[in-house]
Amino acid sequence: MAKNFSIKHQPGFTAIAATCFIVLYLPIIVLVIYAFNAASSTSEWGGFSLRWFQSAWQNTQVVDATLRSFQIGSIAAVFSTIFATMAALATTRTAPYPGLTFKYAAINQPLMVPEIVTGVALLIFFSRIKIFTGYSGIGYLVAAHTAFCIPFAYLPIRARLENMDLTLERAAADLYATPWKTFRRITLPLLWPGILAGLMLAFVISLDDVVITEFVKSGGQDTLPTYMLGQIRRGITPEINAISTAFLLLSVAIVTLFFFVSRKRD
Amino acid sequence: MPDKPDRNAIEVVNVSKIFGSGEGQVAALDTVSVSIRENEFFTLLGPSGCGKTTLLRLIAGFDFPTAGEILLYGQDIAPLPPFKRPVNTVFQSYALFPHMTVADNIGFGLEMLGKPKAEIKARVAEMLKLVKMEALAGRRTSQISGGQQQRVALARALAPQPKVLLLDEPLSALDYKLRKEMQIELKRLQHETGITFIFVTHDQEEALTMSDRIAVMSSGKILQVGSPWDIYDKPAERFVADFIGETNFLTAAISGIGNGKARATLKSGTTIEATVAEGFQPKDNATVVVRPEHAKLTNSKGDLSGTVENVVYFGTDTHIHVQLDSGEDFTVRQQNTRSAGCGFERGDKVGILIGNDAAQVLKD
Repeated sequence: MAKNFSIKHQPGFTAIAATCFIVLYLPIIVLVIYAFNAASSTSEWGGFSLRWFQSAWQNTQVVDATLRSFQIGSIAAVFSTIFATMAALATTRTAPYPGLTFKYAAINQPLMVPEIVTGVALLIFFSRIKIFTGYSGIGYLVAAHTAFCIPFAYLPIRARLENMDLTLERAAADLYATPWKTFRRITLPLLWPGILAGLMLAFVISLDDVVITEFVKSGGQDTLPTYMLGQIRRGITPEINAISTAFLLLSVAIVTLFFFVSRKRD
Repeated sequence: MPDKPDRNAIEVVNVSKIFGSGEGQVAALDTVSVSIRENEFFTLLGPSGCGKTTLLRLIAGFDFPTAGEILLYGQDIAPLPPFKRPVNTVFQSYALFPHMTVADNIGFGLEMLGKPKAEIKARVAEMLKLVKMEALAGRRTSQISGGQQQRVALARALAPQPKVLLLDEPLSALDYKLRKEMQIELKRLQHETGITFIFVTHDQEEALTMSDRIAVMSSGKILQVGSPWDIYDKPAERFVADFIGETNFLTAAISGIGNGKARATLKSGTTIEATVAEGFQPKDNATVVVRPEHAKLTNSKGDLSGTVENVVYFGTDTHIHVQLDSGEDFTVRQQNTRSAGCGFERGDKVGILIGNDAAQVLKD
């Protein structure tokens, strides 16, 4: 048998791969190591300590921003997943018609429009609403996050629907299930892994957002990322490293979960 | 066999189904009419794209006809959605629900009909017994073999006791031996349940062995409806004769038409008797067909004469390909015995005897 072509055996493969890994992971590793620094500066190593984790934990501003991030993230994730599920059903469970491509584009708009543009647009738009209604709560942040999370929730749900055998729904209808019962008993249970994956992806995306949040938030509405950005402007302490490390662990955990859920096959 | 009362379960009346619009219009069904009797094993037979599956989908309700009526015991069901029709389907891919057990799959239809739990349980047990799957009731459908999935699909479709059962090429995914077994199994199930079966297949052998009646379809039309014997021995159209089994086509001059018979003078000059389809008035020149097993080879002079071109051994029989003196090809099928050879060799000058009632005049 002839030897198969393998990219592994091309000259320079190992060197390029190693460089990529170093560029990707070395800064993160350094960041994580300095999170356990006993010294008060990020430029010198003062021995191993958990004091910065403790300090972050006791910092009410950090706790406050974290809770707000979770609050916005979970509400936005739930709403965007609901909208994404409806959009995915509407775009996969109909015969193709003119204008369908346009709808795909419309749903995925947040992926294409630069965040800074969306941020500025929302800032202007919401400021008008604020004047009219007098409301200045976190509703604006939730609405903005919901909007840009929809395409991320939409992707895994649509993928799952497209891989689902349409005959299953047809078979249910053949066996006297009304459209609603078919959805509840067949489509939804089979779609569930896709919905969960969409939910988690949306949550992580919301948790991570800086640009749009920075424009939309009112005073005292810092999320964890915008709080960190604000702190860095005033000089970096290892506390930021500690917060980043905790944040990293959380993201990795959720993304790993997402991977297992979306890989689940029946 | 139980008496088949002449009551129609399904009547398809002038049904057309047109896909697309304007230039790209395709008529999947072109003014098709057919009646399917109660308690009948009825087969729609034809090559892929002939419209057989479209007709089945219209009866099931997955699609709606562009024109025409579909009557179920006299009631027009064409506009009803599938969940309002007392008709169930066995799908080609089985379409078992992967997140449910075998028993839950079988009980699904009854559950949707709102039957009481006790009744569903009893009926599911009965169905499991009918398809011999009692031992696997609690399994997931992904944990059973293809043949077993097939049985579950059958049980699931039969459980709600539909007035008509539709089967869309259900045996095509099985291997040869299992397919043969399931053919007998399907006949048994139809017999035991007394439900009208409408079976779709492109496999002519399957159609001949299982059906009470067959409708042969091509290009959106039904060409001929009849018993397997009718379809095989008295094909009315060239397509039917060609699609089902092997056959010999001979040009002939037709005379003396009457009483469903005609005299056909072959190119060799011999005249044989041929049957003519009811109500059909053949022209002076027509094609007659003779099945290979209805002709006999002889060393002396026959109705036709020619030279043996090829001898092909098939185990149960031997096919002898003859080039006729008229230039046409003719195949004779001869039953094998244990004595050596079939008695003919390549290059032999032979005669062919065509039996009485062996030839049929085609409509083209």
